[in-house]
Amino acid sequence: MSESVTHAAIETVAQDSYGRLIAYLAARSGDVAGAEDALGDAFIAALKRWPAEGVPEKPEAWLLHVARNRMIDAARRKQVRQKSETFLQQITEEAASVAATQEHFPDERLKLLFVCAHPAIDPSAQTPLMLQTVLGVDAARIASAFLVSPAAMSQRLVRAKNKIRDAGIPFRVPEPPELEERVSFVLDAIYAAYTTGWESLMEIASTHHALAAEAIALGRTLTQLMPREPEAHGLLALMLHCEARREARYASDGEFVPLDRQDTALWSQSLIDEAEKHLHSAAGFKRMGRYQLEAAIQSVHASRAKTGRIDWKEIALLYEGLVRIAPRIGSLVGRAVAIAQAGEPGTGFAALKQIPADQTANYQPYWAARGHLLRLLDRNDEAVEAFNRAASLTDDPALREYLFKRSADNI
Amino acid sequence: MKYALLVHQSQEHFDRRNDKAAVAAGRAYAEALQAAGVFVAGAGLDSPRNATTVSVRDGKRQVHDGPYAETKEFLAGFGIIDVPNLDAALEWAARHPAAGFASIEVRPLLGFGSAKA
Repeated sequence: MSESVTHAAIETVAQDSYGRLIAYLAARSGDVAGAEDALGDAFIAALKRWPAEGVPEKPEAWLLHVARNRMIDAARRKQVRQKSETFLQQITEEAASVAATQEHFPDERLKLLFVCAHPAIDPSAQTPLMLQTVLGVDAARIASAFLVSPAAMSQRLVRAKNKIRDAGIPFRVPEPPELEERVSFVLDAIYAAYTTGWESLMEIASTHHALAAEAIALGRTLTQLMPREPEAHGLLALMLHCEARREARYASDGEFVPLDRQDTALWSQSLIDEAEKHLHSAAGFKRMGRYQLEAAIQSVHASRAKTGRIDWKEIALLYEGLVRIAPRIGSLVGRAVAIAQAGEPGTGFAALKQIPADQTANYQPYWAARGHLLRLLDRNDEAVEAFNRAASLTDDPALREYLFKRSADNI
Repeated sequence: MKYALLVHQSQEHFDRRNDKAAVAAGRAYAEALQAAGVFVAGAGLDSPRNATTVSVRDGKRQVHDGPYAETKEFLAGFGIIDVPNLDAALEWAARHPAAGFASIEVRPLLGFGSAKA
């Protein structure tokens, strides 16, 4: 067998099963780093042996077998204690049963996701940890997306993995009432992968799209692992709606295009359809939540492609619900804009002014919204000031240019 | 695994420790740990005002009045429990009667049952 066939086979297994293999090994040993090392060794062994021996019928079982042996060796070298002996016995039995039957090995990725987003893990490590362990994204790419040095990122990841092992963070799916809060940590960590390096102006928009595809992959995985969790569907719908507009966000000359002026022909109808499908599934469970509401707001915007108009009253209502669940600054600003757009600029501006100043000082979308509402109220001098301040708070050159243009154009 | 639950609280709360309700709550908590079969050891500590700190540097003993670090919160007591994992330890920490006003630091004991495989 040629090497290229082997490489292709390994790549396929890595793409389809990396997270499942890591999750399986780590859930039994409590040691994520150990599982990664062992699986890494198994892939190297495959590179050496598959070209001569052929790709095994069940490549995952083969890799698992080799990785398991590596973990046993590593454990012996370190003179394991009681717990590890139990683990070795368990994993040996399970590996044997995987080999014996044609069944797939159990999917432990949900437990791994809960471990990554455990509140005992440094919050800045949670999203990177998910990307690395569940999807196999390499540390250097994660580092660049999070705008930190590769050395700092790998240190952060190593520390988190050591803590999982040494502090005894369990691989388990929490039970109610703990479950609801813990699910929200998992959702937030996945959403952070989507928004990392992003900014927003009345919608999510940015030049850094670094990890959008990975975040959506995590979102899809979560809906498969928790098909009855409405917020998992809500989160995926939200990300898909935002992603659907990727091509419409900047004009061909690189100019920033705000959501309500985007050419709807450039939106991806297949992503919008997928988003709507998940939003619909979520609604069936009759348990509203933050991500479903945010997705519903994006859904109203998306319907402009069909109706040609934006139902701002509906959006204002959805923001009202969102603010009640979680009065985040983004939602408070969004609500004020929606009220103003729905025909009540005075009320909208009053809502905007109620947001505490310590939260708004460096929050770009607040100043852009303020400029927009002041202009609706014909208070042009103040509007210019607000747009200029917004422009000085963004790191996206296209957005900066757009804000300066709005400041100068009196539009 | 064995975990230490370290209770850190302010001077103000040290001064209120002999309240009847506080004493009863502490006793009830210790009994609950015993009943669950997770209790290993534990003790409350006297006020940091009665602490003396010792170190030896270059063969010379240094003794000074007061706790190790002058902070707003001081170590007020500790418990050692034996539970299956961190989630179980956090569960017990949250039930500690001081958790409502103090901070309970949860730390694995060195070399007790953690799998270094």
